[in-house]
Amino acid sequence: MTCKEIVELMTDYLDGFLSPSRRAKFEQHISGCDGCRAYLTQLKTARMLIGRTAAEPVPEPLKAELMNAFRYWKAAS
Amino acid sequence: MSVLLFSHQTPWPEDRPTYPDPRVVRDPIDPDLEALRSADEAAFEALITRLHGPMMRLAMTYLRDRAAAEDAVRARRRKESRILTFTSLFRRDGGPTVDPSRFGADRMWSSPPDSWTNVPESRLLGRETIDRVRAAIDDLSPKQREVVILRDVAGLDADEVCGLLSISPANQRVRLHRGRASVRKSLEDYLT
Repeated sequence: MTCKEIVELMTDYLDGFLSPSRRAKFEQHISGCDGCRAYLTQLKTARMLIGRTAAEPVPEPLKAELMNAFRYWKAAS
Repeated sequence: MSVLLFSHQTPWPEDRPTYPDPRVVRDPIDPDLEALRSADEAAFEALITRLHGPMMRLAMTYLRDRAAAEDAVRARRRKESRILTFTSLFRRDGGPTVDPSRFGADRMWSSPPDSWTNVPESRLLGRETIDRVRAAIDDLSPKQREVVILRDVAGLDADEVCGLLSISPANQRVRLHRGRASVRKSLEDYLT
């Protein structure tokens, strides 16, 4: 497999969607290719950093409103 | 995790084609859901704390697209040449994820990427980098953005996203791959 093909399979690899034979070929290529290993590391880092964008505090008034609604539901049920 | 908060009222048209099932098929034993059913206030607070960020990001996706659409209509009405507005609305999801010039004739790297091992952790995880990632997500096509947010921000799995968006597994994978690759490219421009 070529590097150009490998980079297009990286998400499938990370998500475990490659067939066993394709996965074996992928890992064989990766083990001997610094560029593809670096690209995979970059993609994993990007995924990790995308996950970090989730951190956003709930505004206090909204949180209070939601908690009140929950308590109202709890009392009524 | 529970995705009920996402699945009650969809922001997309109700007549959207469905695949393979319009609703998410869930494990009947969902710890979050069970805790909520038993009226566990702490579980509810933890849930809204965890889901607020992803939900806001997703909501902004649709609101921003709506605003862009309204802008485009206004521009057309005023006969202004806002071509960029239209192209951003109908941006294609195709094309290579890596600049082809970075590969040689043998389709191997001629200009390989750096592994970022020399980037200090404080910079990698710093606010400026996260802001850069947020901007890169905002710049994705709407179809890529919703998948990236649901998968990598909200933490849903592939099946859940396919069910929520009524898209095929292959389509989900393509959108996710291209979305992540675009964010990677933006980070490469910033960090390298």
